[in-house]
Amino acid sequence: MPVVKDAVCSFCGSLCDDITVTVENNKITKIENACILGHSKFVGMLEHDRIETPMIRKDGELVPVSYEEAIEAAAKILANSRRTLSYGWCSTSCETVSGAIQLAEETGSVIDSTANVCHGPTALAAQEKGSPSATLGEIKNRADVIIFWGCNPVHAHPRHMVRYSSFSKGLFTEKGRKGRKMIVVDVRKTDTAKLADSYVEIEQGSDLLLVTALRSIVNGHEDVIPETVAGVPKAEVIELAETLKNAKFVCIFFGMGVTQSRSKYKNGDAMSSLISDLNQHTKAVMIGMRGHYNVTGFGQVATWETGFPMAIDFARGYPYYNPGETGANDLLVREEPDAAIIAAADAGAHFPQKAVRHLARIPVIQIDPYPNPTTEIADVVIPAAVVGIEAEGTAYRMDAISLRMKKLIDSKFKTDEEIVKDLTAKVRELKRGA
Amino acid sequence: MKIKVNLISGRTADQGAHLEAKTHKGYFDACAYCELSPADFERLGASEGSSLKVTTEFGDVVVFAKANEGNPDGLAFIPMGPWANAVLSPDTHGCGMPGFKGVPAEIEVTDEKPLDMKSLMKKYREA
Repeated sequence: MPVVKDAVCSFCGSLCDDITVTVENNKITKIENACILGHSKFVGMLEHDRIETPMIRKDGELVPVSYEEAIEAAAKILANSRRTLSYGWCSTSCETVSGAIQLAEETGSVIDSTANVCHGPTALAAQEKGSPSATLGEIKNRADVIIFWGCNPVHAHPRHMVRYSSFSKGLFTEKGRKGRKMIVVDVRKTDTAKLADSYVEIEQGSDLLLVTALRSIVNGHEDVIPETVAGVPKAEVIELAETLKNAKFVCIFFGMGVTQSRSKYKNGDAMSSLISDLNQHTKAVMIGMRGHYNVTGFGQVATWETGFPMAIDFARGYPYYNPGETGANDLLVREEPDAAIIAAADAGAHFPQKAVRHLARIPVIQIDPYPNPTTEIADVVIPAAVVGIEAEGTAYRMDAISLRMKKLIDSKFKTDEEIVKDLTAKVRELKRGA
Repeated sequence: MKIKVNLISGRTADQGAHLEAKTHKGYFDACAYCELSPADFERLGASEGSSLKVTTEFGDVVVFAKANEGNPDGLAFIPMGPWANAVLSPDTHGCGMPGFKGVPAEIEVTDEKPLDMKSLMKKYREA
């Protein structure tokens, strides 16, 4: 029976590339090295519901149709739309993202990724102040102080700490967990916080205050710090700043606690400045804990093809970018799009109610392997093969390292890449006809 | 009895493990709940599994109650998903990102039961 070693797990931004998969009769029967999320991805896919056939909504109900009929119906929606939102494209390959950008350009659409509800503010912060970073290999080999700030890898990136950070053993970190100091900054004592050497509990939404106070101390202005900052006693803040200054190599991993809380991109902006300040004393870097396995890849492909990492508006015939205006949620809340294509992501589940309400009112095309809340409001549903299991392709890990995902089993479903190609060809045909 | 809380949302391992199985009951169990501190539980008169109505200026939703000792008093957590998003803030403050954390909310015990995923989404189609 074929055993595939070093398969890449296409679930989260850790993109673990050491998965061993046993395939029998075109079915995955055994999986080794995966976490709960990866296990659910590889083995669960044979147990979960799939979207079994393309569908079109008729009289309120989704009814089965052929791929050709679904592609034609989707192409008509796109050809007739004056303002299409193309959203998602993060649980898929870079090759598909490239095709999706071409389709967006062809249809004058706005294309945005799941970063809109995830690390979009991190991209803005990087544009404001830069993003001093490193590969996860550097962290594994060098970091003696690791902070998890507003993120909970025990739940969201379960193997991160073992493979790349707190528990990993590397070239200059051979003692592993014993040789590293692990600090968690969060608003509640998470399962990650329970594993930390030190847990700093802050008042929700006050990250910017604490980062600013740390900067002041690192820059020698301890005297300006009030008795408590963000709910944290001054002595504790000073201790944290000293730990950072005296480290050999600091990495701050940060998550949605930083990007979604008050001050949003200004939190990442300030953190970047803190990293810069720390580099006057030691070495320090920051890495965003990316969620979808290829949201980083979307940013890479979009940046090299259009100059911008997300929220790219092609309405003017050239790429235009202003996330507070062209971001998926801003567009929907302003009720601007008259059609949407949602692929490899689930806006129905992950957008606030006002945005979903508008999506429910306009024609929605969904491309996905699995039924989800977006299916409930979609008008054309096109099932896809699962990338990383039924289709190969390239993805970028959270530290922007590209990895090649393997095809492990055959599938009766078209790949995202093929669907986008077919859709683009059909749209061109309709437009030429017009 | 109503209590005022600061509402946040976020990932959990169970929610993640059901990301590609959202039509299953496991997804409902993993996402349609609200975590509060044991003291807030007591203030509400809630018990594990009671139904809670969570209301914000953006809407209301019914979810199950869960106690979590790691939560400070006054902080409520709902896993990311359509139940949380029924009440979170669509305002992006001009930077693209909606308000998924830090939304003022009121919570009370209710006799209503949480809607399953399809029923919850059906409300959007009918709106």
